[in-house]
Amino acid sequence: MPSNNATSRSRAAKGSNKPEALLALYRQMLLIRRTEERLSQLFADGEVPGFIHLSIGQEAIATGLGAVLERRDTIASTHRGHGHALAKGVELNSFFQEVMGRETGVCKGRGGSMHVADMSAGMLGANGIVGAGMPIAVGSALAHQVRKTGGVAVVFFGDGALAEGVLHESLNLSALWELPALFVCENNGWSEFSPTSKQFVAPLAKLADAFGIPAETIDGNDVEIIADTAGRLISEIRKGGGPRVLECITQRVRGHYEGDAQKYRDPAELKDRDKIDPLPRAASRLSVLGVSDALLAALETEVMAEIDAATEAARAAPLPGFAAAQADVYTPAGA
Amino acid sequence: MAELRYVRALNQALSDAMAADPSVVVFGEDIAAAGGPFGVTRGLLEAYGADRVRDTPISEATIVGAAVGAAMTGLKPVVEIMFMDFVAIAMDAIVNQAAKARFMFGGQGSVPMVVRLPHGGGVSAGPQHSQCLEAWFAHIPGLKVVCPASVADAYGLMRAAIDDPDPVILVENKALYARKEDVPDDLPAVEIGKARIARPGRDATIVTYGAALYTALEAADTLAGEGVEVEVIDLRSLQPWDEAAVLESLSRTHRLVVAHEAVEAFGVGAEIAARMADIGFDELDGPIVRVGAPFMPVPFAKTLEQGYLPDAGRIADAVRKTLA
Ligand SMILES: Cc1ncc(C[n+]2csc(CCOP(=O)(O)OP(=O)(O)O)c2C)c(N)n1
Ligand SMILES: [Mg+2]
Repeated sequence: MPSNNATSRSRAAKGSNKPEALLALYRQMLLIRRTEERLSQLFADGEVPGFIHLSIGQEAIATGLGAVLERRDTIASTHRGHGHALAKGVELNSFFQEVMGRETGVCKGRGGSMHVADMSAGMLGANGIVGAGMPIAVGSALAHQVRKTGGVAVVFFGDGALAEGVLHESLNLSALWELPALFVCENNGWSEFSPTSKQFVAPLAKLADAFGIPAETIDGNDVEIIADTAGRLISEIRKGGGPRVLECITQRVRGHYEGDAQKYRDPAELKDRDKIDPLPRAASRLSVLGVSDALLAALETEVMAEIDAATEAARAAPLPGFAAAQADVYTPAGA
Repeated sequence: MAELRYVRALNQALSDAMAADPSVVVFGEDIAAAGGPFGVTRGLLEAYGADRVRDTPISEATIVGAAVGAAMTGLKPVVEIMFMDFVAIAMDAIVNQAAKARFMFGGQGSVPMVVRLPHGGGVSAGPQHSQCLEAWFAHIPGLKVVCPASVADAYGLMRAAIDDPDPVILVENKALYARKEDVPDDLPAVEIGKARIARPGRDATIVTYGAALYTALEAADTLAGEGVEVEVIDLRSLQPWDEAAVLESLSRTHRLVVAHEAVEAFGVGAEIAARMADIGFDELDGPIVRVGAPFMPVPFAKTLEQGYLPDAGRIADAVRKTLA
């Protein structure tokens, strides 16, 4: 079993004559990127209500994980969860319809961007409460263990959530019970308007080590490394190895939420963005593997067509009715 | 018929539910090997195994949060928070996660879980081990709240709570654990949301729940000696509560007192009083009077706690007041 990035690299390199796997990853990242760019525009135009947190620049993490998870696996996500939802298999049309507050949205327009969930896809919900996904994933992992589903529960969380007490409780409990759980930290260096360095003193890997949980810290903008590492960790977990921690170092390209003027942030932080951005990185690797620019352009057209169609379908979709929503606080009798 | 203790009825209900449904799991602090701080879960580990009956570390937020995730992934968890007071640490999982999931996710699924919360004073447990906080939960759309007073209801409401597809807060009064009653051998589940007339009467209605039921019955005995026949209604469920049963009783007695052990201000009684003042206004021949604990923390010393807890004298006075 490969245990470091060099081996992961060589495995990816083995695919040199077969770029299909990376192409699929690239396409998924592209779909998330273009979806969020569209949402940014729709938000600016007043077509997306509330507030939205974009994961632009961080798509490789959701994509790499999504590629190695199975339908039976479950994920708990965060306020910045669009990518997680799409990569876990939430359907694009019902996703757009949810974020745009439509009756036909995956959650009937009741939750919006911060609460996208799809139980049939094992997506247990984005979450408006920082850190709340961790115990939910622990419980989901418990269910996988007790019910012997063979599934794994994954929780995505930001570096800001390191300071929440439930992280420590959840690491402890999952180690204690040897649960099939993967903790994925998307460390983008920012917790809302504050740098992580002013929020938390302990490196996550050391923290995990204290609980006896194997942890790895990797480049969170290299989708191949992420998919390889995640694939290996998930298979260790699935075999009964207990929990794992995966920290992905990445960058938040946009503000904390759309409309954030980011006065607190030095723009120089993003000056090397093109070298870091997971999409151009994957694209240049694809050309090394012999994928033509024309093929990438065709992918772009295809993805944009899907997003255009999803946008139009959402615009045309009905708005939710109040009475039906109010009647759905509890499970109807006999259901 | 057999004599059964309240604590044993809860235990039997847990055991029967676990036998009937392999997806029922139980976890909490000291509930497995030690059988629970009050003995409610005694014997479950031996009967159902370490996979389904688990001791947890002292991590209330994660105990309840994990129940939410487990319920979303096919289990029916029943979790215990050792004293209701400690639930303050687990409020996010109950209020923002469990209560919201069904609605917020468009009715895709429900979250079938039970959170057991022992409440109540009278045992000199002091300000952080005695509170009755049920109104917090009754205020949250998406939660159900039940509070059994009788031994039969301890069994029946536990079964109903576990069977319920939505999150249920099961409030157990610590002072009732040792209570004994003769009950039929085959206890039924009790429908959530249905009250029970614990004592019929024609002159006034006392609505109550939990351990305060017995205080109210004591008051009713006293008043009977004065020629006043009081009807006592045991609510059993606080959310949803049996508005129809209360209104029906009020329409016969025309006088209403609401009594509970919880702090009177902003409590369950306030909701019932306000609702009856609205839909039962034409039936009322006197003021609706509430009896609850005073607006102060639960004190420790015996003399202080005696002064704190609503007693039969105060409930009887409330009835006299509404009859005056
Ligand atoms: C319990 C809680 N506290 C505070 C907030 C407000 N808040 C939302 S996101 C956020 C920052 C989270 O940072 P991080 O976990 O690193 O995620 P990122 O936004 O960087 O993806 C804060 C403080 C919240 N939603 N929930
Ligand atoms: Mg962050």
